[in-house]
Amino acid sequence: MGLTSEWARAWVALSAKVIAENRVELTALDRPIGDGDHGENMNRGFTAVVPKLDSLAEGSAADILKLVAMTLISTVGGAAGPLYGTGYLKAAGAVAGQDELDGASLVAILAAARDGIVLRGKALVGEKTMIDAWTPAVDAAAEAHAAGKSELEILQAAASAAEAGAVATEPLIARKGRASYLGERAIGHRDPGAQSTALLLRAAADAAAA
Amino acid sequence: MKKLINDPQHVLDEAIAGVAAAHSDILTVSHDPNYIVRNSAPVSGKVALVSGGGSGHEPLHGGFVGFGMLDAAVPGPVFTSPTPDPILAATKAVDGGAGVLHIVKNYTGDVLNFETAAELAEADGITVRSVVINDDVAVKDSLYTAGRRGVAGTVLVEKIAGAAAQRGDDLEAVAAVAEKVNAQMRSMGVALSPCIVPHAGEPSFELADDEIEIGIGIHGEPGRERIKLEPADRIVDRILGHIVEDIPYVSGDKVLLFVNGMGGTPLVELYIAFRRAAEALAGQGIEVTRTLVGNYVTSLEMQGFSITLLKLDDELTELWDAPVHTSALRWGR
Repeated sequence: MGLTSEWARAWVALSAKVIAENRVELTALDRPIGDGDHGENMNRGFTAVVPKLDSLAEGSAADILKLVAMTLISTVGGAAGPLYGTGYLKAAGAVAGQDELDGASLVAILAAARDGIVLRGKALVGEKTMIDAWTPAVDAAAEAHAAGKSELEILQAAASAAEAGAVATEPLIARKGRASYLGERAIGHRDPGAQSTALLLRAAADAAAA
Repeated sequence: MKKLINDPQHVLDEAIAGVAAAHSDILTVSHDPNYIVRNSAPVSGKVALVSGGGSGHEPLHGGFVGFGMLDAAVPGPVFTSPTPDPILAATKAVDGGAGVLHIVKNYTGDVLNFETAAELAEADGITVRSVVINDDVAVKDSLYTAGRRGVAGTVLVEKIAGAAAQRGDDLEAVAAVAEKVNAQMRSMGVALSPCIVPHAGEPSFELADDEIEIGIGIHGEPGRERIKLEPADRIVDRILGHIVEDIPYVSGDKVLLFVNGMGGTPLVELYIAFRRAAEALAGQGIEVTRTLVGNYVTSLEMQGFSITLLKLDDELTELWDAPVHTSALRWGR
C-alpha cells in the first residue's frame, strides 16, 4: 500500500521542524563560503508554509507540494528560494492527480525535483551544491525501487545517500554560486544547500515511518 | 560596532520609508511587496527599466529611479536578492506596453530570482528582456565559477540604457545598448576594511589592520589576493593594470573613468585615486572624456573603492550626456 497526501502533509510539517532546529547550523555553514543567511532564509520559508497547510485540508500530495513551492519562491530569497521552489513545483507536477503514491511515484518526485533544480541552477554533480545531495538520493531511491523495496525503504535510502552526499561536498572546490569565488578556500566546508537537502529528505523518510 | 539603526529586522522597511519621504517629487515607494517606482510610471509606449538586488549598496538601485534612468528598483533585504514576487509586481507597475528590460547584476541569487520573475511576467503577457551585468575583472577562471560579478559598472548601464529608453528606442534596441555598455566596461575593487550586515552583527570577513583585499566584490566576497597596505598610487596602478589589459583598452581610446567609493572611504581619498588613474591613463594615450567620482555602488560601511572604465563612442557619449533626474544622479534638466 502506497503513501497518501497525509505523508506529504507530515513531510512538510517535519521539514519545518528540522529546518527550525538546524537554523543556526545551516547559517554557520553558509558564513564561511556564502553570505551567512541560509538557515534564516529557509526557516522563514518553512515557517510561512505551515499555517497555509491548514487551508488545504482536502488537498492532494501534488497540491501540498505546489503550496510549498509557491511559498518558498515568495519568501526565501537568495538562490535557495528559486532553486527549492522550482524543485517542489516540478515534484508536484510529477504526481499530479495521484491519490496514492507508490515507489515509482516517490522516485518520480525526487527525480523531478532534482531535474527542476538543475534546470534553474545549471549545476552538475561535483560542483559543491545541493545537487551533490539530490543526485545520489535520486539514484539510491531508483535502485531501492528496482530492488522491490517498500516506500519507506526507498525514502530511507534516498535520505542516507543525501546525507553522505552532503558530507562529500566538504573536500570540493565550488563551481557555482557565491562559494565559487573562494576557489581553494572553499575546501573543507560543507555546502549548506546540500546539508538542507539532506535534512529535508530525512524528514521525508521519517514522515513515512510515523 | 555602532550602527545608526533601530531594530535590525526593520532596516529595509525604515530605509525605503525614508526614501519615499525624501524624494516624493521623483518616486513612489510600495511596501509589501517592496519596490520603488518613478512617479510618472507607467510611461505609455516607453520601454521600462527595472533593476534590483540586495540592499546595502545605496544609492544603487533606488537612487537611480527617475527620468532618463530606471522606472523601478526592487530592493531585497541587506545583501539578499529580492524574491520574484516584488520583481513581478514592479515589472507590472511600470510596463507601458513597450516591454520591460531587467538589469541584473551577475550574482546567483539575483539571476535566479529575476529569471523566475521574468517567466511569470511573460506568462502575464509582458515582454521582458534581461541583461546580466558582469563587469568585474577580479574573477578569474570564470568558466569554473559563477562567472564575473556585476559591480559598479551597473550604474553606467542603468544611465545609458535609461537614456536610450527615454529617447524612444524599442526594447531590442535598449537591450542592445545595455549589452554594448556591459561588453565595453570593466571594473575592479579594493577593500581596506570589511562591512557588517545589520542582522548578522559581525564582520562578513576578517582583514588585519595592515591588510587590504584586492578584487573585492560588493558584498565583501574575496577577490584575487590579500596584500599589505600600500600607498594609494600603488593600489590604483595595480587594479587599473588588470582593467586596462582585460579588454584591452588601447592608445587612442576614449573612456569614461568612474571612481566609486564603497561607503566608508571619504571623497578626499577617492579624488587621490582618481588623480592617479587619470594620470596613468593619459600616460598610455587613453583619453578620459567623461568622469564620475563618488559613492554610487556601496557595500555598507566598507572602506574601499573601485575603478570602472567604459570605452565610449559618439552614441554612448550622447546617451551619457542626456538629461537625467534621479535622487543620486541629476543633470541637464
